[in-house]
Amino acid sequence: MTLTAALRGARSEGRTLLLPYLMAGVPTQEATVDLFMAMAEAGADGFEVGIPYADPLMDGPVIEAAGRLALSSGTTFGRGMELAAGVADRTGLPCVVMTYVNPILRRGYERFCAEVAAAGLDGVIAADLPVDEGEPLAAAAKEAGVSLIPLVAPTTSPERIGLAAAMEPAFIYAVAELGVTGERAGPNERASALVARIREVTDLPVGMGVGISTPEQARSAAMVADAVIVGTAVVRRVLEAGSNREATRALTHLVSALRAAID
Amino acid sequence: MTVMSRPDDSGRFGAYGGRFAPETLIPALEALEEEFEAAMADPEFLRELSDLLRDFVGRPTPLYEATRLSEAVGVRVLLKREDLAHTGAHKINNTVGQGLLARRMGKPRVIAETGAGQHGVATATACALFGLECEVFMGVVDIERQAINVERMRMLGATVTPVTAGAGTLKDAVSAALRDWVATVETTHYIIGSVVGPHPFPTIVREFQRVIGEETLTQLGDRRPDVVVACVGGGSNSMGMFHPFAGRGVELVGVEAGGEGLSTGRHGATLSAGSPGVLHGAMTYMLQDDEGQVLEAHSISAGLDYPGVGPEHAYFKDAGIARYESVTDDEAIEAMTVLSALEGIVPALESAHAIAWIARERAALAGKTVVVCLSGRGDKDLDHVRTR
Repeated sequence: MTLTAALRGARSEGRTLLLPYLMAGVPTQEATVDLFMAMAEAGADGFEVGIPYADPLMDGPVIEAAGRLALSSGTTFGRGMELAAGVADRTGLPCVVMTYVNPILRRGYERFCAEVAAAGLDGVIAADLPVDEGEPLAAAAKEAGVSLIPLVAPTTSPERIGLAAAMEPAFIYAVAELGVTGERAGPNERASALVARIREVTDLPVGMGVGISTPEQARSAAMVADAVIVGTAVVRRVLEAGSNREATRALTHLVSALRAAID
Repeated sequence: MTVMSRPDDSGRFGAYGGRFAPETLIPALEALEEEFEAAMADPEFLRELSDLLRDFVGRPTPLYEATRLSEAVGVRVLLKREDLAHTGAHKINNTVGQGLLARRMGKPRVIAETGAGQHGVATATACALFGLECEVFMGVVDIERQAINVERMRMLGATVTPVTAGAGTLKDAVSAALRDWVATVETTHYIIGSVVGPHPFPTIVREFQRVIGEETLTQLGDRRPDVVVACVGGGSNSMGMFHPFAGRGVELVGVEAGGEGLSTGRHGATLSAGSPGVLHGAMTYMLQDDEGQVLEAHSISAGLDYPGVGPEHAYFKDAGIARYESVTDDEAIEAMTVLSALEGIVPALESAHAIAWIARERAALAGKTVVVCLSGRGDKDLDHVRTR
């Protein structure tokens, strides 16, 4: 199923999608796809697969450390894309890749988007590519039949939300918190107001992420968003696990708890 | 030759520049651009800036004829003495300007990155002057090799936050500052230290640094040098010096950090050996591998130890407005020693790169007049050079 179809189906059924994030190549290249599979079995609806980049400006210490681990153990950008394709293939769920603009630029926008499509992936999130600079990549994505997912932050104006909507992405990524990726204590105070502002501009689905790590936060996000994205909480459990079995168990537990909170 | 005096609407210098930053920051960058333009059209702001540059910074800095050095190398060398500016480097020109901007925008907190520590000290100084809270991000390797400046920043009331990520140098400090800013943007102004980063930073820093070149032109009167040379890390002293000279028939030469030699891969010569890409919010030349992963730079000089460069320099290179060369760590240390012994001026290792280029190219430069931007003093480097 495509991400667009999954989002449409969820909306008509009144449910919210759960889209966990994990970095390709973490904790090892061999274990990556199995861990995504475990999350699929625990109730995930689709995934963001991180492709490691050496200078991840939008990521906090946990995902940054995951990127370092992946890069230092040989998960090149190309290898990361292969792993993402493996995740889409094995799980059969919609997947987007999340990375930064420079490796995409280096590959060439058209070649990259063709790879995304050929890998059975639904789209890409480039965390340092705002809508103003995103047009060439968005055009290449559209040409390849995939989606460039724009980010919208608590600081974003209605005009800029309009620019994001005009790209006709699979969904709009609502950044729930000011700041980089990471776990936060307490509720995401400005998140629902942000979604309300997005809804005033567009009917496109809204996925919410950044700072959502607990079942309580996921439940609140699910009240307003079409999809909930959980990254650092997933990555931290994998980095802290002493073995692949322990990581699998921790992710099964986390994703089940998030699923229960959302539904 | 026409030179763009300002970037186009999307913040580009030719193919370079732009605003490749997380969406959270974009509204703040737009507001900053608007505020900067308003400030630069406000006579009151300009008067206050100019008073501070005179009375607090000590401008104009002298243009000094280095007679003994000139004799030794057979090239007439004039030194633009930014080392004599308050806090010992050109960085203060920018931090006083941006400090005024922060105050004008009502932002009570300032963050900055620093490599050599000169920008950190200059930012801490401006924050003390304007009563702003100040936090400076600095790589752990640089904290080690520029220990004196760490103490100066603390004395000035700033918090120095060590950055352990990556190689623990300037690139990582910039990234850490940008990450902080994504979280604190509503109450915090980021005083970036060079002509790098997303639009409008490269323009703001250039405009606050162009006083270097403008003063030099005034001090030269009717005379015109054959060559103007300056070191290039991010490229703020060089852009401040070059911009007013561009299109005036003077050869402009930027000297990058050759580190242990370009062939070793251990260098900071972004324009000489890098390729176009996106780093720290701007399209520019950068050091990267085949897959677009940022590579670590290397230089003995913390201020030049950076895998990117200001986007306007990238434009200057491609348009042939300036050319870019490099000298090695060893050549820079030698030049530091020579200038100290011959002129009684201990230059910063960064600035010593520009002197080293003259020394190396003395045959080609014989009989010519060369203006050097002596961007800073070298006290901070003595421990590092001695223990090397």
